[in-house]
Amino acid sequence: MIEILVSFFLLVGAAFALIGSWGLVHLPDFYLRLHGPTKATTLGVGGMIIGSVIYFSSHGETLSLHELLVTLFLFITAPVSAHMLAKAALHLQLRSEERTRNRNDV
Amino acid sequence: MLSLAIEAAFAMMTLALLLNLWRVVRGPDLPDRILALDTMYINSIALIVLYGVQQKSEFYFEAALLIAVMGFVGTVAVVKYLLRGDIVE
Repeated sequence: MIEILVSFFLLVGAAFALIGSWGLVHLPDFYLRLHGPTKATTLGVGGMIIGSVIYFSSHGETLSLHELLVTLFLFITAPVSAHMLAKAALHLQLRSEERTRNRNDV
Repeated sequence: MLSLAIEAAFAMMTLALLLNLWRVVRGPDLPDRILALDTMYINSIALIVLYGVQQKSEFYFEAALLIAVMGFVGTVAVVKYLLRGDIVE
């Protein structure tokens, strides 16, 4: 039972990471590419960490929660770095997709 | 069951890292490359956590935490350089 739960969370995490990276390769311009990995990789790492918390909690004597520090740190820093990357892209006036709404001739 | 799932997850993470590497090499502009590097270190954190589960060892989480801190500082430093032309003003 525990094995099925851990396998499920590990596979969900890996699938989210793979989808995020595929979005990074596939989407047409930078502002769209920013959307894929910043959400999917935090979900991916979150799934992996939940899987490993369940695994080590069921195999050790005590509850194992120190893995959650990694998730906490990533959940704080990922929006900050995504925001700064978007600011840098606007500053450099990168090309944006033709069909973007409300764009001011970037 | 679990070892099979871990193998499958390893394969998926490797594919994800290769896709990121393709964006680092190809990426038309500098922010694309920085974003791909950012994604790469986050994916490598997931890979290290996965390796810790496979080896049944809890010692790899410190490495994951260190990579998280260093990667964030690196990304912020490079973006700051792009924005202002200087890292520490």
